[in-house]
Amino acid sequence: MSSYYLDHLQYLETEALHVMREVASEFERPALLFSGGKDSICLLRLAEKAFRPAEIPMPFLNIDTGHHFPELNEFRDRRAAELGGKLIVRKVEDAIAGGIAVQAPGQVSRNHLQIPTLLAAIEEFRFDCCIGGARRDEEKARAKERFFSFRDSFGQWDPKNQRPEIWNLYNARLNPGENMRVFPLSNWTEMDVWEYIRKEKLEVPSIYFSHRRLCVRRQGQWLPVNDLVPPKPGEQVEELVVRVRTIGDIISTGCVESPADSIDDIIAETSVARVTERGSRADDKASEAAMEDRKKAGYF
Amino acid sequence: MSVPLHHPVDLLRFNTCGSVDDGKSTLIGRLLYDSKSLMDDQVEALERSADLTGGGQINLANLTDGLRAEREQGITIDVAYRYFATPRRKFIIADTPGHVQYTRNMVTGASSANLSVVLVDARLGVIEQSRRHSCIASLLRIPHLVVAVNKMDLVGYSEERFLEIRDNFETFLPRLDMKDVKFIPVSALDGDNVVDPSRNMPWYPGPTLLGHLEDVHIGSDWNLGGFRLPVQWVNRPNNPSNPDLHDFRGLSGQIAGGIVRVGQPVMILPSGFTSTVKEILTPEGRVDEAFCPQSVTLVLEHDIDVSRGDMIVDPANLPGAASELHAKVCWLHPRPLQPGKRYFLKHTTQTVQAAVTAIEHRINITTLDAEAGAPELAMNDIGEIRLRTSSQLVFDGYATNRLTGSFILIEQGTNATVGAGMLHPPAELAKPEYKDFAI
Repeated sequence: MSSYYLDHLQYLETEALHVMREVASEFERPALLFSGGKDSICLLRLAEKAFRPAEIPMPFLNIDTGHHFPELNEFRDRRAAELGGKLIVRKVEDAIAGGIAVQAPGQVSRNHLQIPTLLAAIEEFRFDCCIGGARRDEEKARAKERFFSFRDSFGQWDPKNQRPEIWNLYNARLNPGENMRVFPLSNWTEMDVWEYIRKEKLEVPSIYFSHRRLCVRRQGQWLPVNDLVPPKPGEQVEELVVRVRTIGDIISTGCVESPADSIDDIIAETSVARVTERGSRADDKASEAAMEDRKKAGYF
Repeated sequence: MSVPLHHPVDLLRFNTCGSVDDGKSTLIGRLLYDSKSLMDDQVEALERSADLTGGGQINLANLTDGLRAEREQGITIDVAYRYFATPRRKFIIADTPGHVQYTRNMVTGASSANLSVVLVDARLGVIEQSRRHSCIASLLRIPHLVVAVNKMDLVGYSEERFLEIRDNFETFLPRLDMKDVKFIPVSALDGDNVVDPSRNMPWYPGPTLLGHLEDVHIGSDWNLGGFRLPVQWVNRPNNPSNPDLHDFRGLSGQIAGGIVRVGQPVMILPSGFTSTVKEILTPEGRVDEAFCPQSVTLVLEHDIDVSRGDMIVDPANLPGAASELHAKVCWLHPRPLQPGKRYFLKHTTQTVQAAVTAIEHRINITTLDAEAGAPELAMNDIGEIRLRTSSQLVFDGYATNRLTGSFILIEQGTNATVGAGMLHPPAELAKPEYKDFAI
């Protein structure tokens, strides 16, 4: 094999760097969505690499539902500070108080309320582009997503009328009020993300690793017991050795029983996993088109 | 499926094309299923929808049809991407729908592919669609083609029928400029020759489809000839805390062709300024040489005027330059291309204005014959056109370099991506504007 050869991670990295630099060049006010989850940790590393030795030329934005795992927010704040980046956090709570986001009667999940909160933040800072860590292998509506995903002035995705994306030529042109969501990790799989984290020796929040936690069994999942998820009468609370595979809100993220306490263990576990990553996310199980519907409304 | 730790694997991108009912989705489903790339919850979801709406029959197409409208109408609307891996390679499949908007979708899904799989129904043989898909693959210069002759179970696994189809296809091959074409008899429904060798076709000595996908040599698919770096972003740290970086000026971009080495002379086009490479920064740090398609940052010896849209090249291997362009264009939008119209043209990292000066002819996508006298190009048409741009483009012919020889057209006003263009070889090489001004 010639030495002029890229392995799959190097190829995905070079593609993502190209996308990052297109964003920095083509948009006036881009932002990078950073939650502290594993995908956005990779995004942040790619941004460092795309722009170094210069600083990352865009702020980090996170929409906080108020239902985040505390470990995640702590990690998010620390990483952003280490990189010297500007972290903007907009809270669903504030959006509710301000009347921007309205809770459906009886609804506990704030997943949907991220949408108006995000759109309000985009308007507040006049962001013309948000870089997100979504991957096409996550979900079948995402499998139809472009690298440069055009959103109209209401933040809506129109899956039937997407801009064709040909070669590595991304059409970044917008009219005022319109917005682009850009996904540099489009072609990455869950396994690629973990392999990249290992290769780059990236730190991840502790909840990805095996720990003891009180859980209750609900709808085939182990949900972590906390103030927002108290055990219901008759439910058995069990202390289990678990970790999370994907991080959503604390009220909808299922834990998986696992002894994996290193990145190597996680990779070994991922390689023999028999369910998809999003299998542990209740927000995606609402219906077959749950993700498509949220994306059409302005979700990332 | 277990992926051995620390095992270097490369990545093959392919697309699948076929017409309605020739089993394309079943083939992809079979590849994923038999290579154990489907997860239990995906299989469960398939079984659930089979019980509810499919009369108990699992429909592997539901795996790829991700949008509500697609499931409702039982059609594929847009390109869907699928990912799977074997211990030897990682794969990205672009599943391109075969019927509606076939050209537009196939161009989108196949433009960056290493390989195209064209499905042929063994009962029907080589039909117009098969020719059309192969012609588009050839126009896009996809390096490798696989003709999967499917539904062999329905022709009694007949070797005679397979050879007949192959011969039929081969009479048409000389028109295509394809160097690597492979014929494989399969039955996607039963899995014959998809992942596992067929017990029903002992007469076929070749590899299975997956075996071929794992083995096909893609190392030379990238252009390692003339060095080309379209400048994407100028790296100038603002107020760096490190005083060494105060004067740092890097030129970032993805190498679109060739190899670059420290100490090598380079020329900036269109200006013609020359310099030498002082440093090369890659994602993995400082290196002595870098190659296509790496994303790099170059530092040059001289502080010269370089900005986004310029191209850094090897002065011993110059690209062409022109503002009168000749290209094949594939039209992607319901509003047709007409002579006299103006568009934005994005080529490598620059966007210029372009006016269509003439449509020379339309290309018959089934025969590759030229059809003269086309007043316009409608959606899904491919034609030869002439363009005039507001400033000079520095480019190579698409046949030489897919990255420096391609462009897209963008409609002014709506900003829709309306055309995909492939440039003819340049009539003359770039003439530096300031030839005597070398530093």
